[in-house]
Amino acid sequence: MDSQYWNDEIETMPRAGLESIQLIRLQKLVKRMYERVLPYREKMDAIGLRPEHIKSVGDLRLLPFTVKADLRDNYPFGLFATPMSEVVRIHASSGTTGKPTVVGYTRKDIDLWANIVARSLVTAGATKNDIVHNAYGYGLFTGGLGAHYGIEKLGAAVVPASGGNSRRQVTLLRDFGSTVLLSTPSYALNLADAMETVGIDPKKLSLRIGVFGAEPWSENMREEVEKKLNLKATDIYGLSEIMGPGVAQECQFSKRGMHIAEDHFLPEVINPETGEVLPEGEEGELVFTTLTKEAFPLIRYRTRDISRLYREPCACGRTLVRMAKVTGRTDDMLIIRGVNVFPSQVEHVLMGVEGVEPHYQIVVDRKGNLDTMTVEVEVSEQFFSDKVRRLESLGAGIKKEIKDYLGVTVTVKLVEPKSIQRSEGKAARVIDKRKLS
Amino acid sequence: MLVEQIAVFVENKPGRLAAITKILADNKINIRALSVADTADFGILRLIVDNPQKAAKCLQDGGFTVVVTEVVAIEVEDRIGGLATVLGHLADAGVSVEYMYAFVNRSGENAIIISRFEHMDNAVKVLEGTGVKLVSKEQIYSM
Repeated sequence: MDSQYWNDEIETMPRAGLESIQLIRLQKLVKRMYERVLPYREKMDAIGLRPEHIKSVGDLRLLPFTVKADLRDNYPFGLFATPMSEVVRIHASSGTTGKPTVVGYTRKDIDLWANIVARSLVTAGATKNDIVHNAYGYGLFTGGLGAHYGIEKLGAAVVPASGGNSRRQVTLLRDFGSTVLLSTPSYALNLADAMETVGIDPKKLSLRIGVFGAEPWSENMREEVEKKLNLKATDIYGLSEIMGPGVAQECQFSKRGMHIAEDHFLPEVINPETGEVLPEGEEGELVFTTLTKEAFPLIRYRTRDISRLYREPCACGRTLVRMAKVTGRTDDMLIIRGVNVFPSQVEHVLMGVEGVEPHYQIVVDRKGNLDTMTVEVEVSEQFFSDKVRRLESLGAGIKKEIKDYLGVTVTVKLVEPKSIQRSEGKAARVIDKRKLS
Repeated sequence: MLVEQIAVFVENKPGRLAAITKILADNKINIRALSVADTADFGILRLIVDNPQKAAKCLQDGGFTVVVTEVVAIEVEDRIGGLATVLGHLADAGVSVEYMYAFVNRSGENAIIISRFEHMDNAVKVLEGTGVKLVSKEQIYSM
């Protein structure tokens, strides 16, 4: 008989009990950070805060934030709280803006992560009897290996498919009779297309559950995935800085939010402008404190993801707080087909091309299952020519420069001068048409 | 023997050609010939007008991107094989054509071919050597 929970006690614990666990862990964490992570100690000293000042979970708000820049400033291992001899795994984000974000794990961290992912899989409805096709990318990205260890921890059979070669993947899905699919939602749709091409009827597959994450996706997309792949699509949340996949997971009953593993990751929602903690239910920037991680603990890490927290009882019986689907990001970073793109990088490329005006606009859309990015550039007199060939090669040149610099293929659209809207002060450089509800 | 042509950058959206021709009309500029080179995303409108400098200025003031370039106006007899003969000379001399467009001179029986070559000087030399009749800018503007 398979349990509905991975860890009944924690997942259904009354709030008071959970909070007392959180407090013990938080106090221990703050003490460790103060003793072992000099950059964070300096932040605390700067405001005269000592570990013993943290007397309740609510005192969390006294602690200084950690932001992405802190990670970059202390690249690669400066924020680690254990000696490197204790670290058994290193992951890193794609670092298109200078330095990548580096995260480390001790053996215990890896085990914790596996447990968290196993909990997520059970939350999604998976059991040890499942055959789990893991199409998250294996490598520096936390998705592939993070999910992999969790699937093994659960006791299910993992098919470490990683990304790419969709035709082969759909054949394996059919031949192995895989019952659970893990991938990004857009890749799930690509697999559906590949099934159509190869002539495999999704209804004849054994797939029943999808655990999709690592990129924003809408309710419409969920419906499409469910229809095309004939499975129940659930949302998983995670970010490498905090741990990787498994920070929060939707249960099989509710499609209105993901249960946060708050015994390990303490969430807050703040006003991104003021840093003020918002009451539960209000939308703002998600902030996480890792309560139990050893190698790379973080206190009040600002994720820049926009969401909200709520505690209405869930049909699954879990008492863990839920977070709403991420609706956006506080900064201007764009995620185009999994690559992080900042408008400032596009600007950097454009400004290096002679004759290009500093007026440009980035239009992001989703066509079919793929994100598309169009860079509109105003054509100046210097840039213009009466020859089509010359204009086209200029456009192609910009496209290549952007591809080389950012690793993203874009469409370059030449537009008339002054046709891009001018704004007072901060220019609206990005129009994101991807509809996310 | 070169003629000034104005080229205007045109986005592929409704009303752009109308806007350009309205500016020209408001400034009493007469269009002699035109051609539109179109791609998937944009077009280049090329115009021969009676006053290219004024036309370029008006359009620039109207917010358009304009360049004035030099082209060759070749007079070709309006008969079968007329153009083929001229192009034959150019091909023999290894001159390659960027683009060309034509209009018929309203007072004469001859066609005027507006041509842009990769190497203009060389093209003019070849044309002059073959005895082809080139039309001067004064003639074009006053047609």
